[in-house]
Amino acid sequence: MDPETPEHLLKTKRREPVTMLEAISEALFEEMIRDESVFLMGEDIGVYGGAFKVTRDFLTFFGENRVIDTPIAEGGFTGAAAGAAHMGLRPVVEIQFMDFISPAYDVITNYIATSNYRGAGPQPLVIRGPVGGGNRGGPFHSQNVEMAFFHTPGLKIVYPSTARDAKGLLKASIRDDNPVIFEEHKGLYRAPSLREVLPDEDYIVPLGEARIVREGTDITIVTYGAMVHKSVEAAEMMETEDGVSVEVVDLRTLLPLDEDAIVESVKKTNKLLVVHEDTRTGGIAGEIAIRVSEKAFEWLDGPILRVTAIDAPVPYSGSLEDYFLPQTDDVLKAARYLAAY
Amino acid sequence: MSEPTLGLERAGLQDLYRSLCLTRAAEERLELLQKQGHVTGGLYRSLGQEAGAVGAAYALRRRADGTGDMLCHTIRAAGALFLFGGELIDYFRQYMAKGTSPTRGREANVHWFDFEKGFVGPVSPLGTMIEIMAGMTLSFRVRGEDRIGIVFYGDGASSTGAWHEGLNFAAVQRCPMILIVENNQWAFSTPTSKNTRVSSFTEKGPGYGIGAEAVDGTDVLAVFDAVRRAALQVRSGGGTHMIELNYFRRKGHAQHDPQDYVDPAVIRAWEKKDPLDLYRSRLLRNEWASEDELVAIEEETFEECRVAAEAAIAEPYPEGAEAVSGVYTDVHTPHPWTRSSSPDPTLA
Ligand SMILES: Cc1ncc(C[n+]2csc(CCOP(=O)(O)OP(=O)(O)O)c2C)c(N)n1
Ligand SMILES: [Mg+2]
Repeated sequence: MDPETPEHLLKTKRREPVTMLEAISEALFEEMIRDESVFLMGEDIGVYGGAFKVTRDFLTFFGENRVIDTPIAEGGFTGAAAGAAHMGLRPVVEIQFMDFISPAYDVITNYIATSNYRGAGPQPLVIRGPVGGGNRGGPFHSQNVEMAFFHTPGLKIVYPSTARDAKGLLKASIRDDNPVIFEEHKGLYRAPSLREVLPDEDYIVPLGEARIVREGTDITIVTYGAMVHKSVEAAEMMETEDGVSVEVVDLRTLLPLDEDAIVESVKKTNKLLVVHEDTRTGGIAGEIAIRVSEKAFEWLDGPILRVTAIDAPVPYSGSLEDYFLPQTDDVLKAARYLAAY
Repeated sequence: MSEPTLGLERAGLQDLYRSLCLTRAAEERLELLQKQGHVTGGLYRSLGQEAGAVGAAYALRRRADGTGDMLCHTIRAAGALFLFGGELIDYFRQYMAKGTSPTRGREANVHWFDFEKGFVGPVSPLGTMIEIMAGMTLSFRVRGEDRIGIVFYGDGASSTGAWHEGLNFAAVQRCPMILIVENNQWAFSTPTSKNTRVSSFTEKGPGYGIGAEAVDGTDVLAVFDAVRRAALQVRSGGGTHMIELNYFRRKGHAQHDPQDYVDPAVIRAWEKKDPLDLYRSRLLRNEWASEDELVAIEEETFEECRVAAEAAIAEPYPEGAEAVSGVYTDVHTPHPWTRSSSPDPTLA
């Protein structure tokens, strides 16, 4: 007798709202049902259901061959995922906190990312896990890891900001034949404001496509992840308090970057602010600025600005971390400066 | 007839009990502080493991002038940290993320350092500190210093590449280092059997060409004895050594973990092997301490923790703007212009 689908994974079927975390669980669950070659590996994902409970009850449903509790060996099991991918499986690897992806950096950048180019074949695998600050997690439970991988051709990098996108993007990532790093902001996991009723159908959100979260005419904010929500908050204040119309573009996929969407928006508003939670130097704002300079310089009516975390490790104490992270007020100040420019 | 005292005087035997009580009182105080909302981040208990940290650290040379042995503890080895001179108030400051903490609020819990006193706090990524301690003890060997290092790690950490690479390096270089494997049978929700195929970590010793010994981690004197013997060997050029402590993690991984994946009967069985209870009755049985002396120790350590915690509570959190300082020794990290009074990024 087949085990029954766990109740908490049927919320969308029941037309109930789900959190971003639940949306991610549903995506994994549905993909595992759809495709027998999809399987999971990671620390404490089986019996415990994952440090954040993303895979709660998966082990009972799918069994030990498809939900594998690994030794604490990110390098080892990510490499094993690559081998399994060669043999036709589609591994989804959970890194308990993405800060601990570093032991797997070698196999990801040297092996997995170069595989297709070397003629060793595609690497259809997903490496996913929680990222981001604001949780008082200190230097090793708060990092954003996108830019450690952004410079590696062959990888895709995805970073959703809503429940709907998280589900659709994760499904698309699992079906993608390229290796995908999938970042989940832990501050968004259970955010009540992000709960929504998802489409009751098998939808995907294609990789490489940004989304206009909010249309505007005076300034473009390009952002992703948790900063989407702070940017929207600032945009709304600009609208009501300053009468300035701000467009917010959520990148959703960082690699490949949706250059067209960025350029199109800048051509409309003529002003660009990039907001990211990751640290400043070598952050994605630099890449975006150069692309806009290449493709839309003539359309710019002001400097390209950025609001980011400061160039430091993520500090533990609340006061320090709040200072470290970009806040809505920072976005507001930068946007006001641009509006007046 | 009295049991052997391993060369310890009455005062030393009671010292060990004091350290055990201090560890437990400090952690119990933390639980209280957490309920009151004073603790930032996770809280990790070492309930049932106190004797491992205390017995091991007591066997080493603890000096405050930078010439003693070197310790790298873990979150479950606060007793070792205290024995090496880590101040109780700093422990509370760290957990509360106070600006007065040794890391000025940048890092959590036992993750702090005092090279004079001879301890280096861990980082979270597991395994790394074996590499670090291998290098510290390499420097002792190449400079001919009469010092050794001891590094603690849990059973789960042994699965990391860093653990292996660091240990192998130390073994090959004959670094004067003792690795303590805190085998509490769990790594978060993962049983030791899912982190390694061997039934005892001592089986790994020969694979690295180093000596290895297992000891009952609930028995403070047995741990002290094993580490003291290992230290003697290591100190006299015997190379790297491993000691496995066998005991049980009686609480969840951290306070948020209800540990419902562990058979409650097993936990109850381990409660009977409580290291404090065991040692307490041993002290009395052998007349190494009187009931009054033990009660005094218990009351004093409880009071020390209460006073230190109260003092730490009253202290300030760091100023947010300090977040930019100290990233480099020389390069200045700028404040964001949006935080300054400057209306303009070009002026900030
Ligand atoms: C490289 C790395 N991966 C994952 C983690 C997350 N993590 C923190 S503690 C822990 C379990 C550790 O178990 P063990 O080493 O046995 O120590 P114990 O908690 O039992 O004392 C895990 C998986 C980490 N800190 N570092
Ligand atoms: Mg353990």
